[in-house]
Amino acid sequence: MAVSVLNPGLSTTVQDAGRPGYYNVGIPPSGSLDQYSSLAANLLVGNGEDAAVLECTYMGPELRFERPATVAVTGADLPPRLGGEPRPTWESFGVEAGDVLSFDFLRSGARAYLAVSGGFDVPVMLGSRSTYALGALGGVEGRALAAGDELPVGDADGAAPGRSVPEALRSTHPKHREIRVMMGLYDHRLTGEGRRAFLDAEWRLTTLADRTGFRYRGAALEFRERVAPFGAGSDPSNIVDAPYPIGSIQIPGGVEPIVLHRDAVSGGGYVMVATVISADMDDVAQSAPNSTTRFVEVDLDGALGARRRRAARLDALREAVG
Amino acid sequence: MVRRSFGGDDHIFVEFDEEMNLAATFRAMAVTATLAERRIDGVIDICPANVSYQVRFDPDLVAPQELEAELESIEDGVGDGTGFDLRTTIVEVPILYDDPWTRETASRFRSNRQDPEATDLEYAARINGFDAAGDFAAAHAGSPWIASMVGFVAGLPFLFQMVPRERQLEVPKYLSPRTDTPRQTIGHGGCFGSIYSVRGAGGYQMLGITPAPIYDPTQTHPDFADSLVFFKPGFIVKYLPIDREAYDELTAQVEARRFRFRQAPVTFSLGRFLADPDGYNRGLMEVLDGG
Repeated sequence: MAVSVLNPGLSTTVQDAGRPGYYNVGIPPSGSLDQYSSLAANLLVGNGEDAAVLECTYMGPELRFERPATVAVTGADLPPRLGGEPRPTWESFGVEAGDVLSFDFLRSGARAYLAVSGGFDVPVMLGSRSTYALGALGGVEGRALAAGDELPVGDADGAAPGRSVPEALRSTHPKHREIRVMMGLYDHRLTGEGRRAFLDAEWRLTTLADRTGFRYRGAALEFRERVAPFGAGSDPSNIVDAPYPIGSIQIPGGVEPIVLHRDAVSGGGYVMVATVISADMDDVAQSAPNSTTRFVEVDLDGALGARRRRAARLDALREAVG
Repeated sequence: MVRRSFGGDDHIFVEFDEEMNLAATFRAMAVTATLAERRIDGVIDICPANVSYQVRFDPDLVAPQELEAELESIEDGVGDGTGFDLRTTIVEVPILYDDPWTRETASRFRSNRQDPEATDLEYAARINGFDAAGDFAAAHAGSPWIASMVGFVAGLPFLFQMVPRERQLEVPKYLSPRTDTPRQTIGHGGCFGSIYSVRGAGGYQMLGITPAPIYDPTQTHPDFADSLVFFKPGFIVKYLPIDREAYDELTAQVEARRFRFRQAPVTFSLGRFLADPDGYNRGLMEVLDGG
């Protein structure tokens, strides 16, 4: 046992690169919502890319280290303190046995990632250490951290502190974002007006934003009249229960679109009109309640181009830090 | 009718029909089973669903348009699905109708319900034209159900009863969803049945409860040694109505980690089912009884 949880923060979970391959039985990929920042944290402490980190939502935990280690904090701007003294983000630093790590209030973004050399060594479930709380799977007993938890840490090769991510490769967290989407799925159910409103509206993220989904407010969208198909339900926003892509945007009742993230419910009966492209899922993860978003339409080529640019940025990060 | 759409750059979604029906659902199962056998590099998740399916893939490993063309060729090969034999499992699920736990839960959500004075089972019976709750339960348990999709949350089966359209049981979902549903509740909403794999939110009417776990992340129950999820898409369910005494006995078996589902491997043929649903279902029961 190497890290004691004195205070768990608001919602802190063990996450890694995720648990692909079980979505067909309702087990979503899980893993760090902001994979870019999670990778950066691992690289900074000399971990492999599949090591588990802590995802800290809005508020940091208070942790006591029971043995020396190298740690790093990335993602949201959540300033760490070691024994009360400020420490940098996007830069690794050493901790000694008995040191207490705590955090100041969140300045921007939504989710900070804390890596420790050796990685958090909770049991691997279906190929991943990620916490999927709805299914009580992975992480620490399938749930968010609680005070009194003891987190095992794996053996480290002894990465030196003082590594840092160059300024240009650090994520920034503006109050307004443009998130790129591909229209599709059931977007034919929207009227022309409804489709325009979806792409024109300035959507404000509500407080209903968690690992399952992000719910926005900003406009009411109009659906085409129809005779309800057998099994679909009577509301125009209902469909015969269908699979939900990760990143898909559903609009129950035509109000308050929900972007599903990596702990998605895998299917259901609400009409989906678009999907966030894979390159922009990290940005959704760092959206804080009350920040604003516009959904910007791109086509498949645009989405694949963005995916290539993100891959190049990940390579640059590996080059600069790894 | 076939409608395809990309869900972002890493999912493809295919819909065979807008209305729920067994033929289009089975076609999705046949296509996804064939796709799985091809073991295409870059395919991550293959999700058969009601009248539709979805494939999650890594576009760095398989080009989206190539995958789409592959799916098209599989769909052409499968045709309407009547020639495809699905190797699956038939399982008996014990159910205590109108149990005290879902009754208590329903009473906590009076304002979410269409008829707060009736139980969910009584309401379901009335709007389906049955005189008594027991008659609805008899229809519910009288014919088997197929797991047309597994998901929403881990291991939860969507179940579609294998009877002609005019005998389908239809019940509206709650007016607004509950924040709580007992684990292993057997629910019904729209034309779908479900078994709640975990405790949590839900909108289906609650008809009863099963003592049998269907999701076991600890993998300590005997039926879960190989997988923490019991149901796979395509599983066929036959309900066995039980009384409280049997429920308590089975619960004791579950707690002692001795409970096993009664189940048998079976091959399902859509063509033969459609030709004579009731006769085909009787044959399925014989497989279960012989298994």
